[in-house]
Amino acid sequence: MSRTALLVLADGRFPAGGHAHSGGMEAAVASGRVHDTASLEAFCRGRLHTAGLVAAGLAAAAADGYDALTLDEAADTRTPVPALRHIARRLGRQLMRAARATWPSADLDHLARHRPQGAHQPVVLGVTARAARLTPLDAAQAAAYESVGGPATAAVRLLSLDPFDATAVLARLVGELDTVADAATDTARRVAVEGVSVLPAASAPLLDITAEQHAAWTVRLFAS
Amino acid sequence: MNATTAQTPTLRSAPAAEPLRTDGAPHDRRSTGPAPAHPSGVIATARIRATHNGRTTTVPLLHNDGPFHLRRLRARGEQARVCVLGAMSAPLGGDRLALDITAETHSRLEVTTAAATIALRGPTTAPATYDVRVKVGDHATLHWLPEPLISTRGSTLHQTFAIDLAATAHLLMREEQLLGRSGEAPGHLTTRLTVRRGGRPLLEQHTAYGDPAPAWDGPAILGTHRATGQLLLVDPKLHSPREPHLIGNDPAEGHAVLTPLADPQALIATAVAPTPAQLRHLLDAALAYAYKTPRPQAQGEQ
Repeated sequence: MSRTALLVLADGRFPAGGHAHSGGMEAAVASGRVHDTASLEAFCRGRLHTAGLVAAGLAAAAADGYDALTLDEAADTRTPVPALRHIARRLGRQLMRAARATWPSADLDHLARHRPQGAHQPVVLGVTARAARLTPLDAAQAAAYESVGGPATAAVRLLSLDPFDATAVLARLVGELDTVADAATDTARRVAVEGVSVLPAASAPLLDITAEQHAAWTVRLFAS
Repeated sequence: MNATTAQTPTLRSAPAAEPLRTDGAPHDRRSTGPAPAHPSGVIATARIRATHNGRTTTVPLLHNDGPFHLRRLRARGEQARVCVLGAMSAPLGGDRLALDITAETHSRLEVTTAAATIALRGPTTAPATYDVRVKVGDHATLHWLPEPLISTRGSTLHQTFAIDLAATAHLLMREEQLLGRSGEAPGHLTTRLTVRRGGRPLLEQHTAYGDPAPAWDGPAILGTHRATGQLLLVDPKLHSPREPHLIGNDPAEGHAVLTPLADPQALIATAVAPTPAQLRHLLDAALAYAYKTPRPQAQGEQ
């Protein structure tokens, strides 16, 4: 494996369309729930331990070689609101396009053929990590980081926050990011024996409710 | 109804720091089950089974245990009704409680609780567990509409709901959680909800509120809201895909969304609110919208 492959995959400049999404931050800023560095940190911590943990578990299991179509269904059962299912598939389709060009693999082709409208993004991320010869832990780490990196970057734009402050928030979360990635990888290891129900399914009511509210806006800066 | 001020049924002891110890009483906390995990804890499994005898629904099995006292209520049409009364203060730390509900083929059953369930610390900081296992058979209907669960300061409760639905089963389930009594910090409350339909996973959901759950009161999870709940409706007669429906104009008063799951025959409402009364209002609105009638099925009008 190449450590640099992980940097390429997790780089915000990797052309997978993530920059157009705020991970719920635009709705949180509009309602005043996120208004400064402290509330940004609380938002990121909450998203990491819910949506981030779920994504990391799915990505690790996919990187481990577990059946991607089963994992895609598992992602559906962990995503109760259609706005977030739609976004996850759209992001998955965009990542798939970039991944097939970057690390061509039969696994990616198989998933793309069976999910032409896009598989859930964390599943595609895991299959991509496998194609890039990365480990399940690498995939979990990339998914966990993405769950907070996107909202933090969006907050800089939405609130005109100091980018140094936003990056310091991410730096304060690195220990928890590692913990989440480790926990996700541990559960992913059990999937082959115990089935996908062992994967994390942590839920955040406000992320679900406000994702649907945001999807109904007529004018918005971010797609989600 | 504001659950924190709900009428306490006569069989339920008032929430107290000490467990109920009435001499010779049928529901003494030490009287039931094998040796508990914690010396002061209760192990109890109550069971309800409804069946259809070709004419109407009967409830041949009502098994009381520990804090669960089960009462038949007057049937509403073809629907049999059972109420779970709290016979003692529970769950307390160290308790291992379970409730099994089975609605067999063609039966119609409603199960409610008489009052809010209050998770208390009790004499130990050991966690309590409460496992609800629900099975609904082919062409059977179950309405599981308990009063809220209240997580009080110092308590730790791990709940699970394992729901197993036949492909043609009908389910209406409400779940409400209040984090702390009025002005009180909550205990620690985790919930795992697993719903299977026709043998396939329909919904998997874990929540963790109250310290040490990370950022549970932050802007991604509950924010300042202390009441949260869901309504799950699985109806084989739902065919046309539903559009998401937003409920509540002012987030400060609570808000909710009613949406289809990936399986379009299942609808879920997710709500957060500052108070239990506002939460119930949102979930009632979601239910009314789901059925688009002024008298929803939860009220028994089929």
